[in-house]
Amino acid sequence: MTEWQTATVVGIRPETARAKTFRLALPGPTNHRPGQHYVVRLTAPDGYRAQRSYSVASAPDGSSELELTVERLEGGEVSTFLHDVVVIGDELEVRGPIGGWFVWDGEAPAVLVGGGSGLVPLMAMLRHARRLGRSELVRLVVSVRSPADLLYAGELPGPETTVVYSRVAGSDRPPGRLMAADLDVLPDATGYVCGSSGFADAASRILIDLGQPVDRIRVERFGPTG
Amino acid sequence: MGRFTRGFTGRGRNDRLPPGQYDVGQDWPVLTAEVTPRLDTATWTFAVDGLVERPTTWTWDEIHALPPATYSGDIHCVTTWSKLGVTFGGVSVDALLDVAGPLPTATHVLVSSHTGYTTNLPLDDVTGGKAWVAWEYAGLPLPVEHGGPARLLVPHLYFWKSAKWASSIRLLDHDEPGFWEQNGYHDRGDPWLEQRYQGD
Repeated sequence: MTEWQTATVVGIRPETARAKTFRLALPGPTNHRPGQHYVVRLTAPDGYRAQRSYSVASAPDGSSELELTVERLEGGEVSTFLHDVVVIGDELEVRGPIGGWFVWDGEAPAVLVGGGSGLVPLMAMLRHARRLGRSELVRLVVSVRSPADLLYAGELPGPETTVVYSRVAGSDRPPGRLMAADLDVLPDATGYVCGSSGFADAASRILIDLGQPVDRIRVERFGPTG
Repeated sequence: MGRFTRGFTGRGRNDRLPPGQYDVGQDWPVLTAEVTPRLDTATWTFAVDGLVERPTTWTWDEIHALPPATYSGDIHCVTTWSKLGVTFGGVSVDALLDVAGPLPTATHVLVSSHTGYTTNLPLDDVTGGKAWVAWEYAGLPLPVEHGGPARLLVPHLYFWKSAKWASSIRLLDHDEPGFWEQNGYHDRGDPWLEQRYQGD
């Protein structure tokens, strides 16, 4: 489908204590669709390889640069390497963009619901909407434990976004799990839900209870379960 | 490529793992593209149809009356986790095909789920003791998030081929791409050949 390419790290930005955004320069224009991901592959001198998929956080802008936001998972072979070893100027092998399902092209209404770092692919969609001047097409709700866990905190606020804190209050809303009252359902919208499996199930259930058709909910899950 | 990543030495070398995979240990990640369905075994069915002599639909009780079969071994997800030493219980796909009687023209299958998910496989990859309809994991009922009440199990291929909440196997005389395969993933998906995406 797509070949491996060599990307150069041209920027590294901390988002939270556990997440960094890596800005990569590719050999040519990227043309990803919001919601797609890239695979990053690391190769040791003896040929041993490890690879993981990371969602693109940036909107497609016709350039040859894109941003991947990576959460540092304790014991994670690739995420700890990216966080602890990689510096600006390093080269990384990448492959992408990948994924034709969890994507939004900026044309139809979309309700975006993210838990924790599940915000990353939804952020690409939000940024795309804002770039197009079509923010009215999207509603984005993100649930995080506390203000310190919120990605893109400076950029996220806007009339089309809501932040829900589940453990530590960050607004007038008392801390607590995502509820129906936190969500707006737009007519004829597609729902995009991204987060842990437990979050994805809970958020999907709320959307269904609000009248969102089950076959118009797209889900991306990550992370281990018990 | 012959290109090394500066500073990377790697950790988990294990001959039991296909290339690019890591051992997820006790965890079992859940990766599905749709809302988890709640299926009632009182109305659950599983069908084998298409190019067969006797299209057959089994109820939950009927499929349990077939000879039981188990798989013990490893499973490999295209997102690079592998889970080692797992045990599933259910029925061999061979037992279902023995009842339905594949026609000589059948070469591929399209597996469907109660959610509408589909995945395609060569017929040879679901026959000869290589595939099961599984409803037990580690001796207990298969949890719904892992495809319960029953899923397909084709452990020698990447795990998206092991359709959760499986509802039918249709035998075809051609290859017909399923859900992920239409979205760029490989038609066969052999983890030892790293057949992750179309063209691999």
